[in-house]
Amino acid sequence: MTTTSTELTGEPAAVPEAAPPTRRRRGGGGLGSYIAVRFLLIFPTIFILVTSVFFLMRTTGDPITAALGGRLGPEELAERVAAAGYDRPLLTQYVEYLGQLIRLDFGTTLSTNQPVTEVLADFGTATLELAVYALVVALLIGIPLGRFAAYARDRWPDAVLRVFAILCYATPVFFAGMILKLIFTSGLGWLPANGRASTRSEILIQTSVDNPTGIYLIDAIKTGNGEVVRDVLEHAVLPAVALGLLTAGVFLRLVRTNVIGTLGMGYVEAARSRGVSERRLLRKHAYRPALIPIITVIGLQVALLLGGAVLTETTFEWRGLGFQLSEYLQARDFVAVQGLVVLLAVVVAVTNFVVDVIAALIDPRVRY
Amino acid sequence: MSTATTPPTARPRRGLPVVRQLKQAVGLQRGMLVAGLVLTGVFLLTAALADLLAPYGYNQLRDADGPFGAQQSPSGEHWLGTTVGGYDVLSRVIYGTRTALAVIVVAIVLSIFIGVLLGLLSGYFGGWLDRVLVVIADAVYAFPTLLLAIVMAIVISGGQSGLWSGIFAAAISITVIYIPQYFRVIRAETVRIKAEAYVESAKVIGASHWRIMTRHVLRNATRTLPLILTLNASEAILTLAGLGFLGFGIEPTSGAEWGFDLNRALSDVTSGIWWTSIFPGVAIVWVVLGLTLVGESLNDLADPRLRSRRAADAGETGEVTVVPGGPLGAGPGGLAGIEETR
Repeated sequence: MTTTSTELTGEPAAVPEAAPPTRRRRGGGGLGSYIAVRFLLIFPTIFILVTSVFFLMRTTGDPITAALGGRLGPEELAERVAAAGYDRPLLTQYVEYLGQLIRLDFGTTLSTNQPVTEVLADFGTATLELAVYALVVALLIGIPLGRFAAYARDRWPDAVLRVFAILCYATPVFFAGMILKLIFTSGLGWLPANGRASTRSEILIQTSVDNPTGIYLIDAIKTGNGEVVRDVLEHAVLPAVALGLLTAGVFLRLVRTNVIGTLGMGYVEAARSRGVSERRLLRKHAYRPALIPIITVIGLQVALLLGGAVLTETTFEWRGLGFQLSEYLQARDFVAVQGLVVLLAVVVAVTNFVVDVIAALIDPRVRY
Repeated sequence: MSTATTPPTARPRRGLPVVRQLKQAVGLQRGMLVAGLVLTGVFLLTAALADLLAPYGYNQLRDADGPFGAQQSPSGEHWLGTTVGGYDVLSRVIYGTRTALAVIVVAIVLSIFIGVLLGLLSGYFGGWLDRVLVVIADAVYAFPTLLLAIVMAIVISGGQSGLWSGIFAAAISITVIYIPQYFRVIRAETVRIKAEAYVESAKVIGASHWRIMTRHVLRNATRTLPLILTLNASEAILTLAGLGFLGFGIEPTSGAEWGFDLNRALSDVTSGIWWTSIFPGVAIVWVVLGLTLVGESLNDLADPRLRSRRAADAGETGEVTVVPGGPLGAGPGGLAGIEETR
């Protein structure tokens, strides 16, 4: 994309992101302005999503009719709709909604009459905990196997691993979760099927920990009771593996492809000609640079993990945001659904920003 | 992705996309491609012959001998057992192929049509339209697909639906997600191609914008489409199943959908009833695996760094760019690589 199109169309900078000629050394100002621009880009992203979600959800009618329609008489329904202000012009509601969002008010659920931000505070930690476990599982499985697949390129272990990677992707998380449950819960009876901890441990945590973080593992360690820690970890294994496998395949493939790519680079060839051993070539020369894209991809995976978390949490009754979301969906509480969706959009946008900044800090070539 | 040295013209007429790749592939890659084609072929055949293959209807609860009964284990009567709702598992798995295929076709046709058109316009004309579309596409793209699909499903069907409204709800939800992908790829290609000399020549001759867009740009911008197409088809199935699993599926009386069946089988799993979940799940994996293997192989074959050579393993002997325009935009990272191309 280095060819300039300006002389053709007479229209300067028709391609905003492909403008390398303006790149000049400005004594280290590059990173700062990159971060600033990248930060400002968060806002249009969120704005567009918020706007489209708002208008899309309203095309179905107002949330109160959706939730209670058929259960209340028409007059009572109209009264409730008017009380909530859903009978006013859509634009008025939209402006009001934006105002609420700026004050970080994501709405109040209809079914449980709870502010969405409170739902986030109550259940967000559970989702965070699950996502972190899953990411750890994914990295532990994906990176070593990917490197091994690159090492064994085009031989049978490579074939097996690649099919494994595709299987990871091809298996829906909830199906993976159900298979795991069939094997380890109803088959072998090793691990619990549902929930984040047994009721006994949950009570213990609530009674003996002063300021529970909501992250069960930390809270369990705080109780100082080995049994509770064990119980919490046992509950985490199956959901973490189910969700982790989904992402493990992506990492495996990414590492494999990148290591193969870097193995073909000139500097690896040069090192080989200097007599560096094949093992060292793989471990040091080809492997390290191949890891850089992983950081960017972890950022992309956040969106995938959140989507996967909805399904995983439903499968394992892991009481996090995803589980709540599916409960609200069943209850047809679209105010809550909209609030959670918008909230998650903000989370994703901010995470992507952080990841991009980290990538830029590590690899100067990312900046433009 | 340097494009400076690649002559865009002098491109040999190629045969059917997949057939050509089948000839090109060797060894392992050929095996994967063939396996993918076989899996996909069986899926398509099953969908076509569902009426002949299925022993019962997808919503049949009883036959001449009386009701089937719920959660019956596999037997001679019901090869794969019956579900908690009393349906025949085998029949629902078989009819599920039809729903899946319908969703794939509708989703792909819609998203290709809209995505390609927008990408072409955006890349060709540039300007403010381009910028706005890019920002919107990026915003939608960054969003968790399942959540977006949920929103769309609520909008389209209000949650519950019959066969065709369910199919369209799922397909349109998926369409919205995939438009940005086609948009991005086509737009990037269009921006590249419109700077080529032959486009300039066409302008000089006085060809209209529309003619240049369709005949000169589009024809050369579509080479990555088969790849994205197979990958999106497989993701469409996963999204459909995810929606079904969350209860946004097609009612069991109006159609068979695997994700919905898995949702119903969730409680069976804890009591050790395996046949209600394993078979619909395997069906999903089967279809996604087949489509992904095809897509993956096409991706590898298009990328010279990943293609196994027919000649003795030459290591990496320089970049031999077979595909015009250099290696596929979806370079490092395989599947994920496509998503990285910005």
